[in-house]
Amino acid sequence: MTPVVTKRRIIFWAVAALFFASLPFVFTQSFALSMLSQMGIAIIFALSYNMLLGQTGLLSFGHAVYFGLGAFFCAHALNLVGAGKFWFPVTFMPLVGGLAGMFFGLVLGFVTTRRAGTPFAMISLGIAEMVAASALMFTGFFGGEGGIATDRTVGGTMMGIGYGPQIQVYYLIAGWCLACIIGMFAITQTPLGRMANAVRDNPERAKFIGYNPTRVRWLMMTLAGFFAGVSGGLAAINYEIVTAETLGVMASGNAVLMAFIGGIGHFWGPIIGAVLVTLLQSALSNYTQAWLLYFGLFFLVIIMFSPGGIANLIMLHKAAWEAGRLKRLLPGYSLSGGAGLVMLLGFFALIEMIYRSEAKDAANKAFSYFGVTLDPVQATFWIGTLAVLAAGIAMFYAATRVVKRAWDDITAELQIKGMV
Amino acid sequence: MEFFLVTLLNSLSYGLLLFMLSSGLTLIFSMMGVLNFAHASFYMLGAYFAYQTGLYVGFWPALFLAPLLVGALGALTERYGLRTVHKFGHVAELLFTFGLAYVIEEIVHLIWGRAPVDYRIPAGLDFTLFTLFTTQYPAYRAFMMLVSVGMLAALYLGLTRTRIGLVIQASLTHPDMVEALGHNVPRVFMLVFAGGAALAGLAGVIGGNAFITEPGMAVAVGSIVFVVVVFGGMGSLTGAFIASLIIGALQTFSVALDYSMLDLFAKIGVSVPPNSSWHGLWSITISQTAPVMPYLLMVLMLIVRPRGLMGTRES
Repeated sequence: MTPVVTKRRIIFWAVAALFFASLPFVFTQSFALSMLSQMGIAIIFALSYNMLLGQTGLLSFGHAVYFGLGAFFCAHALNLVGAGKFWFPVTFMPLVGGLAGMFFGLVLGFVTTRRAGTPFAMISLGIAEMVAASALMFTGFFGGEGGIATDRTVGGTMMGIGYGPQIQVYYLIAGWCLACIIGMFAITQTPLGRMANAVRDNPERAKFIGYNPTRVRWLMMTLAGFFAGVSGGLAAINYEIVTAETLGVMASGNAVLMAFIGGIGHFWGPIIGAVLVTLLQSALSNYTQAWLLYFGLFFLVIIMFSPGGIANLIMLHKAAWEAGRLKRLLPGYSLSGGAGLVMLLGFFALIEMIYRSEAKDAANKAFSYFGVTLDPVQATFWIGTLAVLAAGIAMFYAATRVVKRAWDDITAELQIKGMV
Repeated sequence: MEFFLVTLLNSLSYGLLLFMLSSGLTLIFSMMGVLNFAHASFYMLGAYFAYQTGLYVGFWPALFLAPLLVGALGALTERYGLRTVHKFGHVAELLFTFGLAYVIEEIVHLIWGRAPVDYRIPAGLDFTLFTLFTTQYPAYRAFMMLVSVGMLAALYLGLTRTRIGLVIQASLTHPDMVEALGHNVPRVFMLVFAGGAALAGLAGVIGGNAFITEPGMAVAVGSIVFVVVVFGGMGSLTGAFIASLIIGALQTFSVALDYSMLDLFAKIGVSVPPNSSWHGLWSITISQTAPVMPYLLMVLMLIVRPRGLMGTRES
């Protein structure tokens, strides 16, 4: 077995730490900083989710329960510190969320992990609904509709760090994010992580070599609950308010989307997913009301055409890159990229026109679309939009054939060289 | 007595509606191993289609048209969606239906807006059927029960007494053998999916105007239907039937009961001071716990009997 701590890995994580530390110097606006903080929280959450889906094969629809409960416990702990009941440094406050998430992972995991596969998916959804419904019932702890407000500066200032300015919170999140990524990566290297893979692939054979699949699932669930709780605790510190929505089914669905879009087959896949989804959610929602539709369609396209997610798409190019043949793909990719843009332009215009023409209150339904004024009342705009869409689809279809030819060439070449 | 009988009737009509949904879900699950997350979305589409077609042709033609439309959509979903992702395994199939539910909800937003639509009970059925003690029982509730029972009878007879029903049953357990005998099993799959979707659509047509037709209705009923299927045992139609009635009764009765533990304590002569820390917990009424009840029941069932009421084997 290769040693766990190698020189290469130390250098890699040091570079990652430098990268995290340098980001605020590149993106200096306050909007970008809060987005980066959001991404850090999402990365931990998505990775902890992938401990279940990608590594143990447990498709959970209730992962936000551990995130949300971690956030609530962290918020209450902050408030207790604020009230002077006890003292605990804010820097380590996410640990409270993590322990809460771990505890509930242990308790609820006992019920859910008795089944795997599809029944597990349904049961996790049922548990999530139960917790979400209880959250509205026990208003004392969950704060009802308004949620629980908190104050992250209760710890006072120590060596200039009081977590008042967002930049300090960013570094807190970045630090925890890096620690959690390393922690979760380390778990994949342990015997438990390997057994989780075995239980995912063939529980019966795992049983035959003397491991209890239920126990392995339960342990992984507990650990995933811990990391989800940490990210929940960071969310409580970042937003200074926790509402019942954070543990709702929508939030759980978000974890599924992030992990799957990024790619569940690779450890780093969910990181891409978390960054991309956070970016899309805040960028798209600024421009269009239909962003959830685009988002859902994007998810469907990924499932239908690249179920390995974006990570898998990238890894497909590894062999070609190593052989120095990526250049061969360039013409096809630029053609299909351009055609795809035309297609998307037409498609978005169509959806936006439908949206506007359904709007009942607006007297003037014309709107600006990438500098062009579209008016859904006039037929010419519909015809024009449909023409752009049809042309885009035709061009895209033609371009995919160029890409396919290029891939066929490369595959044949690699096969001759014996690299595939 | 009056309260009990009326609530019982209401719970029966609700339970039958739940079974219309869970039967389709169970059939699709036992046939294809796919848990259809978009099933409740088809229920919602049924209600919206009935509303929209009802505007042009009236309620009665819409009662037939809307389920047919939903069934056609179901067939398309199976043929061009699920069959494409089938090769990637069950997780991909499940997530496909999950994403589809997401997209359908957004399309409903796009076309009909976020507010509830005015989908009403037809005037011909908007009268009091009979008066029970002092409560007037609406005819539409009886009509709902009639439609569900009629549909269930048709489903049962269709599955057990017709040729295509026998082929479907055989494909559940021995798809390879059925294929070897010259039947087109993928087409049978498509048919079952379309049939399940149409059933859900029909439930939407008669449920949408009895309750409320809004974009959130799919999510609201979807997780309850999952509870029914887990509680009854995955893949068992009988289990789904019993579970539908139990969950229907549980929800209807618990919503109607406005008692809390405090009332019980008061009955037996124990008083809880309002400032004690347990007061908040004991003052929660049964109707407040109604949303949690089905899930609690499911968790209890999973602890006591993980395979569900009538489930045959551990998967």
